[in-house]
Amino acid sequence: MKRETIINWVLGLGLLAFPFAALYLDEPFYVTLATRVAILALAGVGLNIALGLGGMVSFGHAAFFGIGGYVAGILSQHAFNDEPLFTWPLLISGTSDMPVIWLVAIVICALVAVFIGLITLRTSGVYFIMITLAFAQMIYYFAISWPSYGGEDGLSIYVRNGFPGLNTLDPLQFFLICCAALMVCLLLSARLRDSRFGAALQVARQNDVRLAATGIAPLNIRLVAFIISAAMTGLAGALFADLNRFVSPSMLSWQVSGEIMIFVILGGVGRLFGPLAGAALFIVLEFYLGGVTEHWQFFLGLILLGVVLFVRGGLLGVLAGRRDHG
Amino acid sequence: MADAAHNDTAILELNQLQKSFGALKATDDVTLDVRPGEIHALIGPNGAGKSTLIHQIAGSLMPDAGSIQFLGEEMRSMSVAQRARKGLGRTFQVSSVAPEFSALRNVMLSVQGMQGSSFRFFKPVMRDRSLIDQAHGRLREVGLEDRANVIAAELSHGERRQLEMAMALALQPKLLLLDEPMAGMGPEGSKQLTGYLDTLRHQVPILLVEHDMEAVFSLADRITVLVYGRVIATGSVADIRANRDVREAYLGEED
Ligand SMILES: Nc1ncnc2c1ncn2[C@@H]1O[C@H](COP(=O)(O)OP(=O)(O)OP(=O)(O)O)[C@@H](O)[C@H]1O
Ligand SMILES: [Mg+2]
Repeated sequence: MKRETIINWVLGLGLLAFPFAALYLDEPFYVTLATRVAILALAGVGLNIALGLGGMVSFGHAAFFGIGGYVAGILSQHAFNDEPLFTWPLLISGTSDMPVIWLVAIVICALVAVFIGLITLRTSGVYFIMITLAFAQMIYYFAISWPSYGGEDGLSIYVRNGFPGLNTLDPLQFFLICCAALMVCLLLSARLRDSRFGAALQVARQNDVRLAATGIAPLNIRLVAFIISAAMTGLAGALFADLNRFVSPSMLSWQVSGEIMIFVILGGVGRLFGPLAGAALFIVLEFYLGGVTEHWQFFLGLILLGVVLFVRGGLLGVLAGRRDHG
Repeated sequence: MADAAHNDTAILELNQLQKSFGALKATDDVTLDVRPGEIHALIGPNGAGKSTLIHQIAGSLMPDAGSIQFLGEEMRSMSVAQRARKGLGRTFQVSSVAPEFSALRNVMLSVQGMQGSSFRFFKPVMRDRSLIDQAHGRLREVGLEDRANVIAAELSHGERRQLEMAMALALQPKLLLLDEPMAGMGPEGSKQLTGYLDTLRHQVPILLVEHDMEAVFSLADRITVLVYGRVIATGSVADIRANRDVREAYLGEED
């Protein structure tokens, strides 16, 4: 087995085992921490498809994370109050069913990604970064100024949404749902990376002139990747809202875009399990350093600087060596 | 040879093509064609507009005016990728490959492009025999097979040129655009490539931009001479050698 495969297994099984160990040691709070890691890692896995494989430095993924969150919040509020979202042209009511919420989150994020992608993907470099940021900020301010769903104050989810056959109010079961979502998306990412589409996507990053010369239009490849990326991050957002039972415009803020990017960079850009390693490190730092000093983000900044300057491959680069493309 | 091909319909026809960069006329009313089975060489001093012309044919530059007909179809509004799918294979003056991929995976991408099947998300390419076998075949054709698993960035300059050629051939092109394939190949490499292109002409017609006059004179069925964006002569090797304008403007410096 390759070293990276072993490390991936360790990371995956480590995440899975952590809450059980926490419960065994009677530290239920750590279950929530592990759930956070799983969800944030999932957001990073989404971004990693755009950023790591396709070289699209999206600084606006909070838009999808937040939209996913709002889908969960809005649908459950309507279900809770038993008032439909629309009565015309057809009756659409809310729901507290997670699978339905996820599906809606994925579809809406995909649609928004088509729109944003068609505009932003014609640009590259700094322009792409700035325009994705601008779109996310637009949605952020829209959420703040839209009073029906809490505006600036956000929206509470009074009872965590349900999953057929499971008790989502049990932290362990909810963790397992999030962990499963993460693993499924990791598996999909791995298949996508090794597929024909993945090959084209990686060449879109390495040399898009060459890609076009082989008869493959880079824009189409990038757009589809951007949509898949957005959908995964949106799914993470829906889970995150359910974890906190709360969604607010802060989920849409540029800081969140930055954090998702940090997970990817800390873990190793383009490495399959990089976002998991990155999110885990981030949460550990936030938790421990945050307990010691209010200025933990300063130290996070130092670490990030160190990673970017000295270990280009991120955590997985350090642990598993150079990336290999076969 | 040129005359024998004259009755065939041309594969590529450029008609009164114009392209300016500001005040500079890089392509000045260029008309030329490439016919089946021929190597048509495009020569001219540095900055004459040869690469600019290639870019317009390939679609990476838009001409200001004129038409580009490929296999009887107007190509002006097609994207680079669309033109490649129609059968336009090319190599670049500065070689252009996917640096992080192995030689094999580079050629596999071309095969994939030719098959027109990039929206497949699940099957791993490294288990896809239809890609791998063809790619190996192309690498063998250009003599790069024993370097199949080397990362493109680690190939030598000459090997990267061979790789580009394999990638172009994998598209099963109906026309090859080669922009200075001999550059930096060394005398031995140039000779090999000359021999190879000589056999290739029966597979696919070639528009060849080249500074190596020895190669051009031994390969070309016809030669077009470009100076300051204008065609100053077109004809057989003998015509061009004898042409006074050409000797003055271009060959004069050499003998
Ligand atoms: N994108 C561009 N913008 C402005 N000027 C350009 C551009 N591309 C080429 N030129 C100019 O157009 C002229 C023709 O350039 P081109 O690269 O086509 O020459 P060439 O015949 O290929 O030369 P060489 O033999 O050196 O490769 C040159 O004067 C060049 O400086
Ligand atoms: Mg040139």
